[in-house]
Amino acid sequence: MKKKPEKQEVKTTGHVWDGIEEYDNPMPRWWLYVLYATIVWAVLYTIAYPAWPMLSRATPGLLGYSTRGEVAADIQTFAEANAAIEAELAAVDLTTVAPGGPLADYAVNAGASVFRNNCSQCHGSGAAGAKGYPNLLDNDWLWGGDIENIAWTINDGVRNESDDARYSEMPKFGVDELLEKEEIDQVVQYVRQISGQEFEANLSEPGALVFGDNCAACHADDGTGDRDQGAPDLTDAIWLYGGDTATLTETVEKARFGVMPAWGQRLTRAEVNAVALYVHGLGGGE
Amino acid sequence: MSTSSPPPSLYAAREPVFPRRVKGTFRNLKWLIMAVTLGIYYLAPWIRWDRGPNLPDQAILVDLASRRFFFFWIEIWPYEFYFVAGLLIMAGLGLFLFTSALGRVWCGYTCPQTVWTDLFVLVERWIEGDRNARVRLWKQKWNARKVRLRIVKYIAWVVIGMATGGAWVFYFTDAPQLAVDLVTLNAHPVAYTTIAILTGTTILFGGIAREQVCIYMCPWPRIQAAMMDEETLTVAYRDWRGEPRGKPRKTAPHAGADAGAELILGDCIDCMACVNVCPMGIDIREGQQMECITCALCIDACDDVMDRIGKPRGLIDYLALTDETAERAGAVPKPVWQHVLRSRTMIYTALWSAVGIGLVWALFARPQVDMTVAPVRNPTYVMLSDGAIRNTYELRLRNKHGEPRPFQISLTAAEGLQVGLEGVAGNTVMVPADAVLQQRVYVVAPARSAQATTDSTGFRFWVEDADSGHRAFKDTVFNGKGQ
Repeated sequence: MKKKPEKQEVKTTGHVWDGIEEYDNPMPRWWLYVLYATIVWAVLYTIAYPAWPMLSRATPGLLGYSTRGEVAADIQTFAEANAAIEAELAAVDLTTVAPGGPLADYAVNAGASVFRNNCSQCHGSGAAGAKGYPNLLDNDWLWGGDIENIAWTINDGVRNESDDARYSEMPKFGVDELLEKEEIDQVVQYVRQISGQEFEANLSEPGALVFGDNCAACHADDGTGDRDQGAPDLTDAIWLYGGDTATLTETVEKARFGVMPAWGQRLTRAEVNAVALYVHGLGGGE
Repeated sequence: MSTSSPPPSLYAAREPVFPRRVKGTFRNLKWLIMAVTLGIYYLAPWIRWDRGPNLPDQAILVDLASRRFFFFWIEIWPYEFYFVAGLLIMAGLGLFLFTSALGRVWCGYTCPQTVWTDLFVLVERWIEGDRNARVRLWKQKWNARKVRLRIVKYIAWVVIGMATGGAWVFYFTDAPQLAVDLVTLNAHPVAYTTIAILTGTTILFGGIAREQVCIYMCPWPRIQAAMMDEETLTVAYRDWRGEPRGKPRKTAPHAGADAGAELILGDCIDCMACVNVCPMGIDIREGQQMECITCALCIDACDDVMDRIGKPRGLIDYLALTDETAERAGAVPKPVWQHVLRSRTMIYTALWSAVGIGLVWALFARPQVDMTVAPVRNPTYVMLSDGAIRNTYELRLRNKHGEPRPFQISLTAAEGLQVGLEGVAGNTVMVPADAVLQQRVYVVAPARSAQATTDSTGFRFWVEDADSGHRAFKDTVFNGKGQ
């Protein structure tokens, strides 16, 4: 709005520069006091809380506050809040956990966290595995894909020192000279045949005999494997190490000895159950 | 001005303001607005609104814990925050509109600072008396009566402050339950802390700081100058009619240049009524100024005086700058509607309406059933033991109904793709009332099918509320293993 200067009697500070005067529109005094109060507050704050950087660390502050302590207290609070459901999860019969219920929801979320911390290093953050480390998303299981078997495998591991670990050992057919090089080539072509891949018929025919004499005991007569012994199904499309001729030859010659820790020795029972429910819910659970 | 005088202080103590009681049209309008706005503020949380067994029955509720905002039949989810943004835009445009038409009418009538200050001044007047009594009380030494009046006043202010802060917390949780909890000391500490802080700020701003909030703290008086022009109606003094001011009996000529000449006085009798009623402590006769909130109480005060001395009303009036030019030239000023209806205000109104219509449209067009689809890309696909290719999708199924609903998942694609749900038999899953359910969904392409052997195939997910038939879809892609 237009001012009407002829009617205004604004005080000036008395300063004049080349005829230009400075109006005096003073701030309220309490505003100044608020400024002083914030200065006092700031000084007190640096005394009460960690503030001034010193050589090794900042001044700790009289109140003993630390962000780490706050995080620890938060974790403690959550741990106490979750204690009841953790106890329930540790004691539950896993076959009775209803999908979508509160316990399952908690377990799947907790299990995802446990998985990322402990399992993803080998099985991948998306649980898709890698060569030698099983893909946990598919419907092919070495030791069984129902919830109890998954929990067992996690708890006791595979081929480790634990008494209850899953254990089996494939003979080193080549290294230990159990089979001739020619027989190995034959049985490899036979395995390619029963798994629906391209194969050399002149080799696979005698390979069937080699298979029946040396492999069927564990991998079954039809090659579909045996979960009790962790013997893989050789007829399906999924290969832990690879289904090409070179890899199959290497597997038969030197065998494989994949190891997994007994996580029950490192995780709580509730964590094992949680990660079992999580893995079971990734799409391959039986 | 000499440069030798000592520099004045850069800081000034507050000049206390003791607004006098006033009666009149604008005062009545302000009483009405105060009653309505305070009534809405204090009573709105207590209105009930039945939404069924699964939802709260409070008509206006900001449910922070559940992340829902309820307003009668409307329920806003966090992702619909654009409604709040839209309302804020409307509020901004509304302020532009009213400021360009009527100046600081928001400040003068409806701003909470003005309304609560009015309330505090009213209570102060009831306890300590009108302006003259309050000025006397201010100046006199402390005695028993002054102490008693001050204590009574502050108790009344604390009650108002607590009622203000107390009403605020009722918007955030079930009001009747919280009222019981507050009285029985079972409410959450946050509730007590909030009430305590708002009690303090209410007394500080409405009782103690008052006009200083508007003058020193509020940015709006600075901004609104950009919205006002020469057609804007503001409270102004007809100085061409009022000047030279003076007491009517004092007919003696002024000393000075015109000494000896009979001075013809204007209509202003310099009774200071306009100054005494002003809650901002200014003299409107000095022209439009930054402190003026255009509460129009000076108009009421002056009209009352004009009536009594038999002069026409309107010495202080709602005027635009063009009126001044017209009246000084002897022309008839434009009627109010010609000031208000001009291209600027009409553009503001059009913008305001456009946003409003957009919001109302969005409100009624938003679906009750919806979903988002997040394809799992780690890994992009999984091969199953029979060579089939499976993709995984995280679906977030949104049910805005007040009861659980069965949601059926299906897809439209070329032949071959099959859909399955984690942990659920069949394709239908129950989504809880007023909630989002995250569901892991699998899509499988048989071995050697077209989808399994190409890099990616587009398809469409459908979700259907089996009870109501409402449907929603999202397009996504299926990743095969390629050749």
